[in-house]
Amino acid sequence: MNERKPARQQKPMETTATRKKNNTKPAKLSREVQARLGQQLRAMYDDVVSQGVPDRFVELLNRLNGDANKDSH
Amino acid sequence: MAMDESVRKAILAAVPSLRAFAISLSGNVDRADDLVQETLLRALANIDSFQPGTNMSAWLFTILRNHFRSEYRKRRREVEDGEGRYAETLKSQPEQQGQVEFREFREALAHLPADQREALILVGASGFSYEEAANICGCAVGTIKSRVNRARTRLSELLSIHSADEFGPDEQTRAVLASGE
Repeated sequence: MNERKPARQQKPMETTATRKKNNTKPAKLSREVQARLGQQLRAMYDDVVSQGVPDRFVELLNRLNGDANKDSH
Repeated sequence: MAMDESVRKAILAAVPSLRAFAISLSGNVDRADDLVQETLLRALANIDSFQPGTNMSAWLFTILRNHFRSEYRKRRREVEDGEGRYAETLKSQPEQQGQVEFREFREALAHLPADQREALILVGASGFSYEEAANICGCAVGTIKSRVNRARTRLSELLSIHSADEFGPDEQTRAVLASGE
């Protein structure tokens, strides 16, 4: 690879030093937005959790357990 | 095989969260309860493969998640249908128990791809660590992290949550957060 790239023109120092970083928003969400999302997600989820165990599942477990006991005797 | 009382208690204790997970995944209370029932039947049939001392909840979540995925494939032929029919399902049954208050949030959640949705719920609501969520979903920890990040970004866009000056749809959340900040 002998091909040389054309030598770059040196930029004057003062423009790079003072240049501001890209002003667009970063992809990362702020803590505040994350907190708000988390709050809503948990509120929705906990709404269901607070309903407890529906009877059908208690009955199901009891029935399965009863059947199992019967089988083993 | 009779069920050990401690096992029975651990299973029952996991049911409320298991239901919340199932409803979040399927967007449908009746289907979610069928998923939970199927999960319990499978769990009891395979209770010997549960290792005492490990996390019963994580074990049950894994069963439910895998069952949901296989059902999902059967029903819809494609796993990733985050934009499509799931959201329509929600709209066709909007007033189900527990869904009115959080409807807007649920609809936004329904627009996420299934893998992002489950990762976000497991970590953000069910309280699992990234490692536990990775085990439940059968993927790498880094994958879970990136799915959760993408899910949050997408949700914030869908719900137009950007800064303190703009509030989301839920006044209650707003009140709670305002008091906490």
